[in-house]
Amino acid sequence: MQIAVASGKGGTGKTTIATSLALSLAKLAKVRYFDCDVEAPNGHIFLKPVFDQISPAVILIPQIQPEKCTACGHCVEVCQFHALAKVGKTILVFPQLCHGCGSCTWNCPENAIIEVPNPIGTLERGMARENIAFLRGQLTISEPMATPIIRQLKKMEQPSEEFVDIFDAPPGASCSVVETLQGVDFALLVTEPTPFGLHDLKQMIGIVRDMNIPAGLVINRDGIGDDSLEELIQEEKLPILLRVPFNRLLAEKLAAGQSLVDVMPEYREVLVKLYQEIREIVGGSDK
Amino acid sequence: MKTQVPKAKQLIILSGKGGTGKTSISAAFAHLSATDQRPVQTVIVDADVDAANLGLVLKPELGPANDFWGSSLAVINPDLCINCLACSPVCRYDAIFPDPQIADVQWIDPIACDGCAACVYACPVNAISMVKQQEGNWFHSKTAFGPLFHAELFPGKENSGKLVTLIRQQARLFAEDTRANLIIIDGPPGIGCPVISACAGTDFGLIITEPSLAGLHDMKRVLGTLRHFHIPSVICINKADIYPEGARAIREFAKAENIELLGEIPYDENLPRSMINGLPITVSFPDSPAALAVRDLWQKVLRSLDVEEDLA
Amino acid sequence: MKLIISAQNPTIESPVDTRFGRSQWLILVDADTKQWKAFQNPGVSQSGGAGVAAAQFVVDQNAEVVISGDFGPNAARAFQSAKIEMRLFLKQALTVEEAVDLYNSNKLLKFS
Repeated sequence: MQIAVASGKGGTGKTTIATSLALSLAKLAKVRYFDCDVEAPNGHIFLKPVFDQISPAVILIPQIQPEKCTACGHCVEVCQFHALAKVGKTILVFPQLCHGCGSCTWNCPENAIIEVPNPIGTLERGMARENIAFLRGQLTISEPMATPIIRQLKKMEQPSEEFVDIFDAPPGASCSVVETLQGVDFALLVTEPTPFGLHDLKQMIGIVRDMNIPAGLVINRDGIGDDSLEELIQEEKLPILLRVPFNRLLAEKLAAGQSLVDVMPEYREVLVKLYQEIREIVGGSDK
Repeated sequence: MKTQVPKAKQLIILSGKGGTGKTSISAAFAHLSATDQRPVQTVIVDADVDAANLGLVLKPELGPANDFWGSSLAVINPDLCINCLACSPVCRYDAIFPDPQIADVQWIDPIACDGCAACVYACPVNAISMVKQQEGNWFHSKTAFGPLFHAELFPGKENSGKLVTLIRQQARLFAEDTRANLIIIDGPPGIGCPVISACAGTDFGLIITEPSLAGLHDMKRVLGTLRHFHIPSVICINKADIYPEGARAIREFAKAENIELLGEIPYDENLPRSMINGLPITVSFPDSPAALAVRDLWQKVLRSLDVEEDLA
Repeated sequence: MKLIISAQNPTIESPVDTRFGRSQWLILVDADTKQWKAFQNPGVSQSGGAGVAAAQFVVDQNAEVVISGDFGPNAARAFQSAKIEMRLFLKQALTVEEAVDLYNSNKLLKFS
């Protein structure tokens, strides 16, 4: 079972919910938590992993072999991202524009291009509290592209019926969120009952509809806002799987790095029930 | 010789972590720029293009929608495809499948397609072409406090960085034409491409953080990004009293790193309330603790930026 | 001396464009004769790498000097490699022809 936790608006509580869900399920299932917010990952604060494997996340970028290159410029023509330029008899490579697609390499008539790894971040694996397998990616500061790291992060493990995989998505509604959601069975959308939450939730709903992924809602900080959300939820027929009322004391504890289920252990059972509801919706087998 | 026109200063507001209050503060700054004792002619940019919320508080009179054309995607013509499968091995994005509806041809998943065109070149019968995609819209709108440049990226699309660059350019051109003194850019969360596009070439960075472990962690990353691009920056702690130890940690960090802590805004229920009312806090609750702190922050930002005030 | 100047409109009387990568037009001018030709900037509609696309164009024109309001890091790298001189104009209100005159009287700042 693969569940993504996403939101649209930042700061609604994705990581709070994702990590708490992981902790709640840890006794009943083998849980793997993937921190896919590779630009600003926070899962480690709540799950406290010990990492035993760290490797660079790389994009394969072209390296022109000058002895073979005839400066025909075909690679420049083929590149859709302008990551190559021909200057006199030299081909320049612009690594930060490169998507690592390999097209230039395959298309070089002289076989003058080899691909070399360009590190853009790290991939880490470890064990966290309660035997939860913890995986995350981190984008190196100043590197622009998060999506390749998310793709590689997810590939670190094979999907398996033995595991419950929880993918903690980045905020927003662009391609890194789509990459996180690729192939998951269910999207748990965490929102807050405010106009900002509502607006950004609409973006997320657009994504899960396009991708044909069943979704359900968690309304976090319930009580701080109005009920403009309720109308949208009715229209979209999205199940509300959980409401977490706003609680200033809870907010303080979360700020300090304590998990929701540490501060309010009654949520463990609540989240187990939420998981069971998800399973019913997905109509999946086992676990 | 024509006299030199001073360029508008550009302020970028970032956070790293989402939800720290960038948009609420940007909205208040927009209001103050127009109504404060010494007003400053300002152009506002909402650079959080896939979750654009500033318009919800500034209530713009929407300008016409301008198409945003992003990258191209590969499309297979089923009439030409001979199912030779030369294309799928070159696709690194797992985007090519047997067509679910037409037998014996391949199909490209538009969501997975990266637009690299490797398949186009691999196809021996020219059955694949690149089709440009509209990925969103951008707008030049009017608000009560000045012009707003904003955009809506269609859900799930790429190229948010390119769209951010586009609206920033439009804002800069408009600022030049109207002799505005300041451009305020409400930035997106994170540190990747859209953030880089939002902060490139700006004059001053204001990091809005919150006193949580997560906030501190992400603030350090976005600060690293601003420093990489040599943008002088300062910090402001929002919801400062929600976790006093967290605030202390930020103060110590700021001291150790020689970064100015320009202000602290207490947790104030009036902030979410004003957001729900669809107004900047300085409009709806001008005497609230948060509004007063934001007002103070604004004055300090102006001083740091050394912005020319409107002489009108 | 072959110059390329970024411009808003396709004539030598056009106001300059302070952006290089995404300016609408690139005007090729002979600094001595002031003969000119306007080209659509290939970078203007690019998804990414506009600076590279525009720089590639300038390189392919065999220009010796390129003049604009600013150069991004990718374009700058391409020009440095091609040994094409980059110059900056600082005023917004300038025509392409005025920029040529400033170049000829050595009043344009070198980009570094």
